[in-house]
Amino acid sequence: MSTPISHIRNFSIVAHIDHGKSTLADRLIQSTGGLELREMTEQVLDNMDIERERGITIKAQTVRLKYRANNGEDYTLNLIDTPGHVDFAYEVSRSLSACEGSLLVVDASQGVEAQTLANVYQAIDNNHEIVVVLNKIDLPAAEPERIREQVEEVIGIDASQAVLISAKSGIGIPDVLEAIVNQLPPPREGDATKPLKAMLVDSWYDTYLGVIVLVRVIDGVMKKGQTIRMMEANAKYLVERTGFFTPKMIQADEIGPGEFGFFTGSIKEVADTRVGDTITEDRRPTAHALPGFKPAQPVVFCGLFPVDAADFEDLRAAMGKLRLNDASFSFEMETSAALGFGFRCGFLGLLHLEIIQERLEREFNLDLIATAPSVVYRMAMTDGSVKELHNPADMPDLVKIAHIEEPWIRATILTPDDYLGGILKLCQDRRGIQADLSYVGKRAMLVYDLPLNEVVFDFYDRLKSISKGYASFDYHLTDYREGDLVKMSILVNDEAVDALSMLVHRTAAEKRGRTMCEKLKELIPQHMFKIPIQAAIGGRIVARETISALRKDVTAKCYGGDVTRKRKLLEKQKEGKKRMRQFGKVDIPQEAFIQALKMGDN
Amino acid sequence: MTLDLSPGFGVYVHWPFCAAKCPYCDFNSHVRHQPVDQERFAAAFATELATMRRRTGAHEVTSIFLGGGTPSLMRPETVGAVLDAIAQNWTIAADAEITLEANPTSVEAERFRGYRAAGVNRVSLGVQALNDKDLRFLGRMHSVSEALHAIGLAREIFPRLSFDLIYARPGQTPEAWTAELEQAIGYAVDHLSLYQLTIEEGTRFHALYHAGKFQIPDGDHAADLYAATQEITAARGLPAYEISNHARPGAESRHNLTYWRYGEYVGVGPGAHGRFLEDGTRIVTIAEKHPETWAGLVEAQGHGIVDGEVLSRSEEADEFLLMGLRLAEGIDLARYEMLSGKTLSGRYLSRLQQDGLVAPIGNSRLRATPQGMIVLDAVVADLAR
Repeated sequence: MSTPISHIRNFSIVAHIDHGKSTLADRLIQSTGGLELREMTEQVLDNMDIERERGITIKAQTVRLKYRANNGEDYTLNLIDTPGHVDFAYEVSRSLSACEGSLLVVDASQGVEAQTLANVYQAIDNNHEIVVVLNKIDLPAAEPERIREQVEEVIGIDASQAVLISAKSGIGIPDVLEAIVNQLPPPREGDATKPLKAMLVDSWYDTYLGVIVLVRVIDGVMKKGQTIRMMEANAKYLVERTGFFTPKMIQADEIGPGEFGFFTGSIKEVADTRVGDTITEDRRPTAHALPGFKPAQPVVFCGLFPVDAADFEDLRAAMGKLRLNDASFSFEMETSAALGFGFRCGFLGLLHLEIIQERLEREFNLDLIATAPSVVYRMAMTDGSVKELHNPADMPDLVKIAHIEEPWIRATILTPDDYLGGILKLCQDRRGIQADLSYVGKRAMLVYDLPLNEVVFDFYDRLKSISKGYASFDYHLTDYREGDLVKMSILVNDEAVDALSMLVHRTAAEKRGRTMCEKLKELIPQHMFKIPIQAAIGGRIVARETISALRKDVTAKCYGGDVTRKRKLLEKQKEGKKRMRQFGKVDIPQEAFIQALKMGDN
Repeated sequence: MTLDLSPGFGVYVHWPFCAAKCPYCDFNSHVRHQPVDQERFAAAFATELATMRRRTGAHEVTSIFLGGGTPSLMRPETVGAVLDAIAQNWTIAADAEITLEANPTSVEAERFRGYRAAGVNRVSLGVQALNDKDLRFLGRMHSVSEALHAIGLAREIFPRLSFDLIYARPGQTPEAWTAELEQAIGYAVDHLSLYQLTIEEGTRFHALYHAGKFQIPDGDHAADLYAATQEITAARGLPAYEISNHARPGAESRHNLTYWRYGEYVGVGPGAHGRFLEDGTRIVTIAEKHPETWAGLVEAQGHGIVDGEVLSRSEEADEFLLMGLRLAEGIDLARYEMLSGKTLSGRYLSRLQQDGLVAPIGNSRLRATPQGMIVLDAVVADLAR
């Protein structure tokens, strides 16, 4: 039986990382009986180990909660858990567009952060009603009144009804449930008699069931046995199963208007489904398709290579498997003189990159070398054509390039006043253009336009280190702008290492080259000969360091009782060498390819 | 001259007790404030030797080495009992080298005649330095004059004598070291062991060094001291036949050559290691380190072996390489191929050869050059991959 629309509430939770979103979700599930206490693990919605360990949500999840309100009536509450990180802003936006309200969770001691802002504005853009939830009120540092004012002042929403809770201690959870029922609206439309109209919210691959599609039904009813049509993809499927999550997967005969649920059919790959697509009944289609979404575009690229060349095919298979579940991750084969066969991969951002790399290493037991992340440059050629450059090593002949354009972002940074100076300098050093600087109490809100290639590597690390972890940061891509960019090559022992080449702004090239050479000097171990390391732009050497030759490396005493220990040391050394790449006569440790790019404190 | 390059079959006996622990030493040594029950240990050595004999089968023992610890704290009767036990289990070659490590204190020197009578024909004296200040720094209990007396006595009593020096000491200049070395060569008979001071984990020096209490010569300085040592000893007729060992040709330590030539050896006593062929495969034995625990194990089960392994071909090949290349005579390439089942990696070999770090001897052997010796650990790591 479907719930009447007036008794459905669809909501998501928006919060800054660590402000308690997943804990609150756990409590809501627990207190409405979705899971027995013994079934609860922490962060039940974060299925992947990586999600739990990093305290982040990567894939959207929905949970149907049954709730009998204080007014004695039964409600169906659908919680749509969304990723909080900027890299997954796209998943956030589509999840938000599928519901009518949001809980805005703010840490009652830390207050509003940049990520909070970015997500709450998205919710507001989606016409959400917002319930403000101040969490962690039992901490000694909690200042709910101050934070309530801050929310009103900074975000400009009414926080007078804010619910005060401690998700960890279980304080105030019933108040949250009541606020969901009383402050959030039911679905705005929904007519069970109209032709089926449903939004494809997400899809993923399950080993047993194949592709599982998460939908939000707007009009009509989705049933087992129906033949549905995905309007944009223009594909027909027979619905084999329907149901919902509590978060356990429960089969149900139908999904009614206003509700969330899943269906399975004979869909082979996640890539066959398009998020935002309109699903309708093939026999009786709806006249009005939903506006849909633009697919997410990778903005950061890097090369991933197996440490052991023999793992290449395994890497290809593993990437294929990850792609089944993550259509925003792209890869194509690449050959590097330094690193052999590998893949050029596209990601939504740096966190996405790290997560994919970690999953490949952990779930598929692969050792990988990642090359410098690069953004997508646009090369305006002299013949009038425009080429996209994903890999600095593929840079066309300079004489054929009229100019190069690079992507820019608009970044919002919130920081305690004390660190403002350092952060302004960081943004300045990264070619930033200040767009706004305002104050929220004692905190500064900085808005900067920055070239993405200045941010893509270690901007976030640097920001965290300058602000001792207090500054928060969010960004979105704005446009492409022409830049005076040059290709810098790195030569190790007089040979160019393609995997270390990069595009840099001309004004920053020398400094960058110097830092790279200094870093590589630390990262490459001493060899039995001396190794020059040079940075070059065109034919011109802009920086140079030398790794001196190893003078002495021999065990003084080695007798019968020392052999085992010495052999084990040798085995460890051999193992270490396997994790290095040979370039000419030089062994370069795999981590050097990434570490060399970290600019450090200068 | 034809060289006898056969690795031989050695027996190592570990006496684990010392009068005091030296701050640089990470060997298995223990200080006891009560007298050690020497009969008990002699009996335990005999029991463990008999067990080993069952595992190794019959062999002709080409060398015996009594190491420690401080074997010169053993009574001559204890040494005699151990040598008898070895003779009961295997044949001891007529020309077998029987070495005892000794400290050059006057007390220990008094026992030299007894050791000679028991069958010891070579002593290795832990002289370590020829100036009193450095001897104190090294925690040694003898003076220079005691050391010189012990050397004199040993020269009279034993057919063969070696002594150890530790160099690259804190603040040691090349001039000071070369002078000391020249003096040492004057006292030497036919063998010297010259070790660079290294800071080993678990020693008192390790803690002091990492607390910044003293410094030792760094890579370049240490390399210069090493080079000077090679030059002087070669010029004085005691060339290096191994990284830290120097001898008149023919006077090399037979026992230690067995280790470096990757021969078979039995190890008995607390913490001793052995490597020998059992049913055609090379096995490693490692004994319990704590002396009384070891003795208890031997009494209960006939041996004190608590650890060991059966070596794979590639492990054998690695060990052969890392031991053999320490020798000036280098390694036999055919034996490497036999052990590992493959030839030495051509790519790295030719690169190391181009860089002058290794060189062939005739068609069948490979050695590290003097430039290669000083970075041997890195050379071996390249060759072994």
